[in-house]
Amino acid sequence: MGLTYRDYLREELFPQMWCAGCSHGISLTAVARAMAALKLDPAETVVVTGIGCWGKADDYFKTHSFHGTHGRALSFATGIKVANPRLKVLVLMGDGDGVTIGGNHFIHTARRNIDVTAVITNNFNYGMTGGQYSSSSPEGTISTTSLYGTAEPGFDICELARAAGATYVARTTPYHVTQMDKLLAEAIQHKGFSVVEIISSCPTFFARYNYKVTAVEMMRLFKERAVDRERYDALTAAEKAGCFLTGRLHREEKEDFHTKYARLQQQAKARAEREVV
Amino acid sequence: MPKTVALVGTDAVAEAMRQINPDVVPAYPITPQTAIVESYAEMVANGLVDSEMINVESEHSAMSAAIGAAAAGARVITATSSQGLALMWEMLYIASGMRLPIVMANVNRSLSAPINIHCDHSDSMGARDSGWIQLFSENAQETYDNMLQAVRIAEHPDVLLPVMVLLDGFIISHSVDRLELLDDDPVKKFIGEWTPRLPLLDAQEPPCWGAFDGLGGYFFEFKRAQIEGMRKAADAVRQVAAEFAEISGRRYDFFESHRMEDAELAVVALGSAAGTIRTVVDRMRAEGVPVGLIKLRMFRPFPVQELVAALSKVRGVGIFDRSETFAGELGGPVFVETRASFYEEPKKPLMHNFVYGLGGRDLPQDLIRQAILTLDGYVQKGTQDKTVTYLGLRD
Repeated sequence: MGLTYRDYLREELFPQMWCAGCSHGISLTAVARAMAALKLDPAETVVVTGIGCWGKADDYFKTHSFHGTHGRALSFATGIKVANPRLKVLVLMGDGDGVTIGGNHFIHTARRNIDVTAVITNNFNYGMTGGQYSSSSPEGTISTTSLYGTAEPGFDICELARAAGATYVARTTPYHVTQMDKLLAEAIQHKGFSVVEIISSCPTFFARYNYKVTAVEMMRLFKERAVDRERYDALTAAEKAGCFLTGRLHREEKEDFHTKYARLQQQAKARAEREVV
Repeated sequence: MPKTVALVGTDAVAEAMRQINPDVVPAYPITPQTAIVESYAEMVANGLVDSEMINVESEHSAMSAAIGAAAAGARVITATSSQGLALMWEMLYIASGMRLPIVMANVNRSLSAPINIHCDHSDSMGARDSGWIQLFSENAQETYDNMLQAVRIAEHPDVLLPVMVLLDGFIISHSVDRLELLDDDPVKKFIGEWTPRLPLLDAQEPPCWGAFDGLGGYFFEFKRAQIEGMRKAADAVRQVAAEFAEISGRRYDFFESHRMEDAELAVVALGSAAGTIRTVVDRMRAEGVPVGLIKLRMFRPFPVQELVAALSKVRGVGIFDRSETFAGELGGPVFVETRASFYEEPKKPLMHNFVYGLGGRDLPQDLIRQAILTLDGYVQKGTQDKTVTYLGLRD
C-alpha cells in the first residue's frame, strides 16, 4: 500500500495537546511508524485508550479509535477483540490507567493472553490531573499528593506483566527511538498479550518535582540509565539501583485466548456432532 | 474572629476538612475534585491535621476504604466527582446500608460518554436513590458550611447516614470566591467527638457488619429502618442548621426562598445557577414581573410538604434541571420529584421543566430571562404545548 507513518496520523489536529517537552509525541509517532512498518490496514486497526494524557492519543490516529473511561481500556479492548478477532487492537494507557485504577484488568488480560498490544507510557504520576503519585511512582516520590515523598513502593510494570502471564514484554524510552520502533512492531506482530512499557518524561510534574530538571535533562537520564540485559547483568547491585532494563524482556509462544477458545469450541462441536450421530 | 478569605471551592472543602480533622481520608484524584485531595495531602504532610490519608488506586477503593474505616469507628471524609462517583456506586449502598456517617464532597461533573469534565448534576443524580443525604451548595461559602454541617447530620443518632455535599464543578470548585471561615475552636466544639456505634475495634463486643441476610432474615426491616433514618434526617438538617447559625450567623434550611412572598411565578434550581437566577429575578422584578426563586439545598431527603407549601400560591413554576432522567416528557429529576410532590394537591401550579447546562454549557442571564418569559407565556395561556425545554441547545 506504500503507507508511511503520516498516513496513520491526523496531522491536521497538531500541535498535540501535550506539554512542551512531554515525550508522548515521540511515542505517538513511534506507534504510527510501527503501524506503517507492519502495513496495518487502518480499517482493521483499533486504538483503544482510557483517560489521562496518553489517553488523548487516540484523537490523533486515522485508525478506528475508542476512548472509554479511566482504567477500563483493556476491558473495552477485550470486548473489541473477542467480538472481531480479525482486528489489530492497540491499547494506549499510562501508568494510572494501565496498572493503577486498571491494574486488575491488566493482570487478567495478561492471564488470559488476549491478543492485544498494550503500549504503556509510564511517567510515574497522574499527569492529566496535575501530578499525583500513581502505583508506578517509586517509593519516596514527590508529588502533589506526597509533598515529602510517598510511603508506597511502585510497581515494576514489566515484572508485573510477565508474572501475570503476558507473552511479550518489552521496555524502552523516548530517547531510544529506533529501539522503540522495533519493539512496538514486534509487540504488535506478537500473537498474544504484548506489553511495551515506555519510560516517559513528565517535565511538568514528575521530572520537575523529583529531578528538578528540564525535559532535555530527562532525555539524558534516559540515555544514561537505560541498559540492555547484557550490560545490566554485568552491573553490581548498587549500580543496578540507578538503572533500568530496556529491550525485549520476555517473549514466549503460547496459544492466545481467541485461538484456544476457537479450538475448544471446535472440539465441543465435533463432540456434539459425534454424539448426535 | 471569623475571617474573610478568598478561596476556590476545592480549598473551601479542604479548609472545612482541616477543621473537622477526620481520622481517615481515603481518596483518589479526579478532575475537578483533585485540588481537594492535593490541598488536604499538603495539610497532612505539614502536620496541620492528624488524619491518616491514603491515596488509593481507584474511587471504588476509596469508598471501600472509607467504609472499612468508618466501620472500625473512624470519622471519615472523602471527595470525588463524576466517573469517580459512578465507580463508587456499588459502595454507596454499602455505606448507607451499614448506616455509616461518611461525609463526601462531590464536585458535580457530567458523566461520559462523550468525555466531558464540566459541570452538570448527572453524577450525583445517579446516586439519588443510594440512601445518601444530598446537600447542594450555591457557592464556596455554602460548600464550606455544608461540609461542617454534614458531619453533624450524618452522625446524628436518629440519622446515621452518609452525606454527600455537592458543589458545581469549575463554577464553584475552581472559581475564587469570597467567604468567611470560622475560627477553629467554635468549629471543633460544633463538630464534637464521634462516638461510633458498634465499632470493629471493640474487642469486648465484637460486631458483625453486613452479613448475609436472606429470605428468612431482616433485610426488608433494615431497609425500612434506613427509610426512617432518611425521614428523620430532615429534622436533623434543621436542628444542625439552627446550631450552626449560632456559631456562624448564617441560616440554612431545606431551601432558600427569594422574593417568593408575592410571587406569581417561581423558579426552582439547585447549585450555582441559583446565583445567576437570583440576579435575573431581581432585574425582572424591577420590570414588574412577579417572579421568585426557590434554591433547593436539600435534595435528599426531598422536602415534599415544605416545597409544596412554598409553591402552592404561585401560578407557574419553572424547574431548572442540570441533568436528565431520560424518561422523555417526565424531564429532569427535580422536575419529576416536584411534580410528584403535588400529586395529592387539589390545586397545582403549571409546571415546566428547563433542562440546562449539560456538560458545562453556560447559563447566561438572557437564557434565564427567556425561560421565565416562556413560563409566563404558558401561565397566561393557561396551558403548555410541551413540558420540557432544553435551554441553550445548539441547533
